[in-house]
Amino acid sequence: MSHDDVLNPKQMPHDPEKATLEGKNKFIGFWMFLGGETVLFASLFGTYLALVRSTSGENTPEHLFGLELVFIMTMLLLTSSLTSVYAMYHMKNHDFKKMQLWLGITVLLGLGFLGCEIYEFYHYIHEYGFTFRSSAFGSAFYTLVGFHGGHVVFGLSWIVALMIRNQKRGLNLYNAPKFYIASLYWHFIDVVWVFIFTVVYLMGKVG
Amino acid sequence: MSNAIAQQRGLGAMIWDYITTVDHKKIAHLYLVSGGFFFLIGGLEAMIIRIQLMKPDNEFISAGLYNEMITMHGTTMIFLAAMPLIFALMNAVVPLQIGARDVAFPFLNSLGFWLFLFGGLLLNVSWFTGGAPDAGWTNYAPLSTTSAGHGVDYYVMGLQISGAGTLIGGINFLVTIINMRAPGMTYMRMPLFTWTTFITSVLILFAFPALTVGLFLMMFDRMFGSAFFDVTAGGNEIIWEHLFWIFGHPEVYILILPLFGAFSDIISTFSKKRLFGYSAMVFATVLIGFLGFMVWAHHMFTVGLGPIANSIFAVSTMAIAVPTGIKIFNWLFTMWGGSIKMSAAMLWSIAFIPSFTIGGMTGVMLASAAADYQYHDTYFVVGHFHYVIVGGVVFGIFAALHYWWPKMFGKVLNEKLGHLAFWPFFIGFHLTFFIQHFLGLMGMPRRYWTYFEGQSLATGNMISTVGAFLMAIGTLIFLYNIVYTAIKEPQASADPWDGRTLEWSIPSTPPFYNFKQTPLVRGLDPLWIEKMEGRKGVTPAEPLGDIHMPNASVLPFLMSLGLFIAGFGFIYQVDHNAWFIAVAVGMGLTLGSMLTRSLKDDLGYHIHKEDLVEKGDGK
Repeated sequence: MSHDDVLNPKQMPHDPEKATLEGKNKFIGFWMFLGGETVLFASLFGTYLALVRSTSGENTPEHLFGLELVFIMTMLLLTSSLTSVYAMYHMKNHDFKKMQLWLGITVLLGLGFLGCEIYEFYHYIHEYGFTFRSSAFGSAFYTLVGFHGGHVVFGLSWIVALMIRNQKRGLNLYNAPKFYIASLYWHFIDVVWVFIFTVVYLMGKVG
Repeated sequence: MSNAIAQQRGLGAMIWDYITTVDHKKIAHLYLVSGGFFFLIGGLEAMIIRIQLMKPDNEFISAGLYNEMITMHGTTMIFLAAMPLIFALMNAVVPLQIGARDVAFPFLNSLGFWLFLFGGLLLNVSWFTGGAPDAGWTNYAPLSTTSAGHGVDYYVMGLQISGAGTLIGGINFLVTIINMRAPGMTYMRMPLFTWTTFITSVLILFAFPALTVGLFLMMFDRMFGSAFFDVTAGGNEIIWEHLFWIFGHPEVYILILPLFGAFSDIISTFSKKRLFGYSAMVFATVLIGFLGFMVWAHHMFTVGLGPIANSIFAVSTMAIAVPTGIKIFNWLFTMWGGSIKMSAAMLWSIAFIPSFTIGGMTGVMLASAAADYQYHDTYFVVGHFHYVIVGGVVFGIFAALHYWWPKMFGKVLNEKLGHLAFWPFFIGFHLTFFIQHFLGLMGMPRRYWTYFEGQSLATGNMISTVGAFLMAIGTLIFLYNIVYTAIKEPQASADPWDGRTLEWSIPSTPPFYNFKQTPLVRGLDPLWIEKMEGRKGVTPAEPLGDIHMPNASVLPFLMSLGLFIAGFGFIYQVDHNAWFIAVAVGMGLTLGSMLTRSLKDDLGYHIHKEDLVEKGDGK
């Protein structure tokens, strides 16, 4: 019995990401991992909230943050989450080309978000002299938002690697779970951003 | 491909086999050997501490070296000895107890081990590069952030790497227990050791990320100039204490819960009785795990969180005594009326009950926030946590090793030597730590390098040191027993203890695919049920068929090696930018290996059923 037969059935099941034991294991294991990631970000949020008033000079959240840019970033990332849902929808319908297309759009939106974030950090550092070392608030801000940004970079690299690797051979029961958990990761990044948007930026402007 | 073939090719092939193995039984061996090695190092450090405190005004080692000793003793014993020894037991036993052929993620299992080992090695390299960490195992800021040299940097990087390994191991066991149970093995039929492994893994999953963040903040402060714990720039040191204990308190339950499970299995087996109050035991375990997350601030009563916070944490801490008490009584009732066989494993288990109860009692004393102001940072605390950790965890590891040794290595540890190791260790343990409660009440602070003549502390400390030597003798006899057993003892049968659970239904040691046919579980203590109905083995749940096995891989080793190299880079880039090359090389190796893993298909292989019939070593 060769693997190709098992992994490339004539009729793909409805949930290709959970059709094999390996797939099911990955599915549950990744949800568990996201549980741990939640504690990781909760700890970072707690640290940020404890240090948000430890500013130096006039570099306070009210002074620094501009909601226009953050609004654009939020829209980019929320939309990218939606497009990754479309990609998974097409995966379940076994339409590999459309899945790749929507994943590609997801990646572009993610890159747009990342570009804005890099511009934002650059702006703070060069216009305001607000750095990682300038105050405890600075350390906490760059660590929390930077950890999220690092997750975005990792998520994008992951999705791109999967897309390139499977470009030619299409979808099978071996790579479907990989695509699926990469999209779970992407959703998680989006959820964390919603909290960052609220706790860091909105509360920073009005709090 | 087969592991059996590789073993016949001499030492080099065997080492290569162990470096690349993804077999949970071999990973258990790796955890046991390296955890045992670190246990001996930590024990040596303990002996040096006790020799230094043997008499007043002693100058056996310098004050600075003493700080390094206590820091490394605590850190080594918790992270590098107790944790991996527990992981050794989990790896050796849990898949067998649930009737699985391997864990859910064999590759990640190997990665978890290598991360732990390289993290532990990194931490211990500090001894040879200008000084070990010296800010206590709790590493409180600002003592840690201002500690000179690179010692604390090693602490931060070493624990970060090995902590990642532990987290991966925890997720692996969660998914294994959720997804890989044999047909009929419902949650409420799982052996207690599997249950406690399950709850422990939940604790690992939700506790370790807090440590990860704490270590990152500490790393940023020490190596990249951030200001989290720097009060002059608006930082706050209490954040470290919170993050450390949000991880640290669940950690003590991570250590003790699996051994609670082991004791349950052992006491039930050697009393020839079903575990008394099985479901109460399960729910007590869950409750302890849950409450374990609500009590961290009892380590911080003297910080000044205020009377309301202190009261809440005092009450929640005392509440944990209730499920723990349930467990103690259930063990006693399991033995009551049983046909007790006093094997070495049972001896350690019975000794555990009163020893741990004393530790629990002093725990409730410490939980009284008002009284804690008196006990805080004295030897009373040292006495307390050694009663629970040695009296609970170490006794448990000894018991479990005696119990499962035949399953891990195919031979029953010599019983006479087992008893002979027990008595000096048991007596030495109480001699060492009981008196420390009184030393603490008399005002002896912990972590002090020495004490003066005429403070009435000399006699107590001498007694404590004598006890420590007895414990060392017990440990040495146990080590001798391992060698003696390997040379002299005969091959063990599949079921040397007349066991009750699935691991005793397959040969000692099991074939690399564990179960030729997946067993059918028909109730709690499945093997016992079959025995009572007059059958030889467990009823299979499937016809003989091909078995799918995972491929060995060297990638976990390379990923961990990469982080090890990058760790040095991070530590020394403070001195010279050229060290960023090491960061780049190390991270390149790690990320490159991860990419390889993601892109290269690894489908495993099949053992054909014809081969299974020929070998006939299934059962």
